[in-house]
Amino acid sequence: MVGPGPGGGAAPLENANPLIYRRSGERPVTAREEDDELPDSIDDREIFDLIRSINDPEHPLTLEELNVVEQVRVKVNDAESTVAVEFTPTIPHCSMATLIGLSIKVKLIRSLPERFKVDVHITPGTHASEHAVNKQLADKERVAAALENSHLLEVVNQCLSARS
Amino acid sequence: MKEALSLLCRLPAHPDSRCWYLAWSPGGSLLASCGGDRVVRLWGREGPGWACRAVLGEGHQRTVRKVAWSPCGTYLASASFDATTCIWKKQPDGFECVTTLEGHENEVKSVAWAPSGNLLATCSRDKSVWVWEVDEEEEYECVSVLNSHTQDVKHVVWHPNQELLASASYDDTVKLYHEEEDDWVCCATLEGHESTVWSVAFDGSGERLASCSDDKTVRIWRRYKPGNEEGVACSGTDPTWKCVCNLSGFHTRTIYDVAWCHLTGALATACGDDAIRVFEESSPAAPQQPTFSLAAHVARAHSQDVNCVAWNPKEPGLLASCSDDGEIAFWKYQRPEVC
Repeated sequence: MVGPGPGGGAAPLENANPLIYRRSGERPVTAREEDDELPDSIDDREIFDLIRSINDPEHPLTLEELNVVEQVRVKVNDAESTVAVEFTPTIPHCSMATLIGLSIKVKLIRSLPERFKVDVHITPGTHASEHAVNKQLADKERVAAALENSHLLEVVNQCLSARS
Repeated sequence: MKEALSLLCRLPAHPDSRCWYLAWSPGGSLLASCGGDRVVRLWGREGPGWACRAVLGEGHQRTVRKVAWSPCGTYLASASFDATTCIWKKQPDGFECVTTLEGHENEVKSVAWAPSGNLLATCSRDKSVWVWEVDEEEEYECVSVLNSHTQDVKHVVWHPNQELLASASYDDTVKLYHEEEDDWVCCATLEGHESTVWSVAFDGSGERLASCSDDKTVRIWRRYKPGNEEGVACSGTDPTWKCVCNLSGFHTRTIYDVAWCHLTGALATACGDDAIRVFEESSPAAPQQPTFSLAAHVARAHSQDVNCVAWNPKEPGLLASCSDDGEIAFWKYQRPEVC
């Protein structure tokens, strides 16, 4: 589905000096959420919290720090069980775009209740192969086959692992 | 409208996995299912319900994407993401893998037997469609590799009574193939879908084809032979397949499968919005401009994407479906009075 990931760092970085953004603060806890009697719906911030700490495949930075994901580009409809996320590659020819999108998709599929339909797209106009990448990410058969590829799965898991 | 499609039975067929595809045996007594758990299961009637009769394991290393019965019902073929196709043969005490077909570079997405039982077709993400010939010694020989598609080939299906093969692809087209002077050639390309075509199904006569797509539409194509009365242009001796109907606005996500019942003419779809829909052709039939109406719609037929719908070949109205939730469901369809 995507090419091999960064193998040992021998290749030069595609974007050697990316802009780095400030991380958002902790999510404020509301009185309603403290009340165990009331059901908590899944909102945009909760989805954003799931994906903001995903590691960039190239830099020792998170997708939030690179502004690849932003809370305003997360749309959740809890009642309809849909989640739509747009992500913005740091450069228009980023060869890691499919891998980043796949990591976001896998993280959400693993974290959310199974009823959710998860759509992950490139922010319109921000990548040269936007249509091709979006089509691959939307094809669940190709995603399923990619995740049976142990090498690719390892690369995805590295993106999703907590940084020490 | 709810009563048109009623649930008979639901089974956890591939627990903790997804169920990708179903195939009824030609006699209609067995249903084969396959899934992400790398096995094929066979289901048969037991009392009012259905029970697992056999598990065909140890054939594949990865997801089993599709299964297909030979027309005689003696063989079952399974296509897998492990790049192989297994041929299983019915034995007195169950099914045994007798041959493994290798050659595709990566995931085999679909497999289908020709009506004669002497030909088998497979397709893959490697963009190719392979035609295999089966001899009396159960030897399989690849007789043609068709590279007409420019992308991943998702599905292959044979015409109900002719040696005409159809394939659906990630390149948004459907292609048709036949044998010409000892070689297989692409004889038609059906363009119109705006995204991946996931499946295709012939009607009982084989004069029409239904295709379903990621573009959320179902299209009906009709064959026009050279010199047809309607004046549809054909090139040379090849018929033209023209889109005569576009069912849009009914589905809200990708349509993964379409099944055309050869007994009743009802058209069922499996959709990524968890729903099953059944369409009926409005009468009187207008062959040049047929219209279809929604006869049944079960919004939450499964708790996740519906991947496949399959009409029983012998019992009119018996429909099986399967889903990413790992379940199989059996439905009774009755055509509504007013439709």
